[in-house]
Amino acid sequence: MNHIVGVSAQLAWRNLWRNHRRTIIMLGAISIGAWAMIFLTALTQGMVTDMVKDGLSVLPGHVQVHHPDFRDDPTIVNTIPVADSDLEAELAKGNFTAWSTRVRVPAVVMSERETRGVTLLGVDPEQERAFTFVDLETIDGRFLEAPDDRGLILGRKLVETLETDLGKRVVIMSQDPDNEVADRGFRIVGVFRAELPGHEETYALIGKQTAQELLNIGDRVTEVAVFGDDFRDVTPVRTEVDALLADQDGIVIQDWPELDRYLGTMLSAMDGFVLIWVIVIFLALSFGLVNTLMMAVFERVREIGVMLALGMKPGAILWQIVVESMLLLAIGLAIGNTLAWLSILPIRDGLDLSIVADGMEMMGVSSRLVPDLRREDVVLANVVVLILGFLASIVPAWRASRFDPIEAITKVE
Amino acid sequence: MTAVRCIDLCRTYRQGDIDIKALDHVSIEIESGDFVCLSAPSGGGKTTLLNAIGGLDRPDSGEVWIAGERIDTMARGELAELRLHRIGFVFQAYNLIPVLTARENIEFVMQVQGVPAGKRRVESEAILEEVGLAGMGDRRPAEMSGGQQQRVAVARAIVSRPALVLADEPTANLDSVTSDELIQLFTNLSERHGTTFVIATHDQRVMGYARRLVKMLDGRIVDDIQQHAA
Repeated sequence: MNHIVGVSAQLAWRNLWRNHRRTIIMLGAISIGAWAMIFLTALTQGMVTDMVKDGLSVLPGHVQVHHPDFRDDPTIVNTIPVADSDLEAELAKGNFTAWSTRVRVPAVVMSERETRGVTLLGVDPEQERAFTFVDLETIDGRFLEAPDDRGLILGRKLVETLETDLGKRVVIMSQDPDNEVADRGFRIVGVFRAELPGHEETYALIGKQTAQELLNIGDRVTEVAVFGDDFRDVTPVRTEVDALLADQDGIVIQDWPELDRYLGTMLSAMDGFVLIWVIVIFLALSFGLVNTLMMAVFERVREIGVMLALGMKPGAILWQIVVESMLLLAIGLAIGNTLAWLSILPIRDGLDLSIVADGMEMMGVSSRLVPDLRREDVVLANVVVLILGFLASIVPAWRASRFDPIEAITKVE
Repeated sequence: MTAVRCIDLCRTYRQGDIDIKALDHVSIEIESGDFVCLSAPSGGGKTTLLNAIGGLDRPDSGEVWIAGERIDTMARGELAELRLHRIGFVFQAYNLIPVLTARENIEFVMQVQGVPAGKRRVESEAILEEVGLAGMGDRRPAEMSGGQQQRVAVARAIVSRPALVLADEPTANLDSVTSDELIQLFTNLSERHGTTFVIATHDQRVMGYARRLVKMLDGRIVDDIQQHAA
């Protein structure tokens, strides 16, 4: 069998370069197709990944713990009925990338000129630092330093809207569990920037302990967020959190696809979309491929007849044409993969789309699009092309293998 | 020993509305090592008989036996095996594989047979010398004359030492000098290796070299002459 593979591969390779122009045109089409599959998929995946990561960094984490009623009524009434210190002690035993316990409630922030509704986050800055949406590199002033920090961090846009500034005082007003007004004056100690301008308008951050005192909830929090290594596979994190908090009553543990069904569905849909995209491009290519192979076969009818007459089995003829097709596809894919990689290399740190930032924000995407070249997508594109290419080449190869040697040899070309 | 035995072969082709009897109850036996010419005017049935003997075409009725084995009932794959190992073909139009060099064309059959590369190389060099093409092994068919190409085709047919060589009008595209050289080559090979040659031709010079001349007309054998070769 090996000798048939050898002779078929030799003939396939020589025949491939028999008509240079046709082969080069076909290689161009396959290369551009492969480039488009991989490059555009990387951009689209980058956009979706960014959307999901931004979404997860704001609230859900990969796994969250709440009071069972918190999602329907996210107010201070529905704090987790377990002491924060106990939660922290349990979570510290886990092997997580990061975790944080937070107080998160709706609130109002008032400057001397404007009033705005915000989401007030009471955080432990050390816990939050690992995955906050706040860009700590570009913050004006400082970030929170401890859970009992008395300062307030606002977003740049909110500061502009409130017509206030770093160092000025504003009032934060919310409700305590007894529905009494809970308010206090805070000095703005930091003004942050975020990838998504909407985050700058929505969130106000204070120390977790300060928030607990303000809201009169003692050692309680409203939310636990836990991060693992891979947002696409949250099962290990979910399992570990389930195990650690198994003895706690009055809590609900959910992973992010449950918490944010839109993002979860989008991620699943994206994988389907990539497959459809790859198949559509391939279908366009396959017409050229089949045509090229058909022409190659019908130009060589006599030769194929001679090979059959000399004792080459029909299966070996079929194999030869398939190998020719596979070689063509493999070279085209190699060029296409290289082109895609070369296209992604200069923009691997992100493509600046700030000119359309508002539109991007509406989609929940930041203005810097970082391509996400996933090995699975590259493998999928290449495997789909090779498998479908193999199937597409079967027809011309089958026809060639069924030639009658006598008719083929006497064919006038 | 009988190399070829055909018993009551019939083969009819349909051309438009007309049935043409290419073989009409043909029976023939050819001994091993014989050098036989099938002679007939165009359409006389010599190529059809050659194709039936070579397992390239199936008769409508009758039997074909090669070296004691019936082949007209064999499957495609079995026939391919038979042709690969026991029959060499020389075609009128050389029919070399254009993307392969002369040496690679000669080695093609051995390669399909699974002969190791080293042995192929030795055999092909020897046969190139034998057919007078030493030093031309790296040339592609397009770089060779018609006579040289036909020598390569002969070399390809005999290199794996088949018991039977079938040649269909091997001199039709050659000048007289080259034709004579080619037939001398055939007779030498037949004498030296005991190879059975069956040649379909209407070239008088080729017929002159044959030890046996079988004349056909309208699909029937009309004369079968033992003769002293030239």
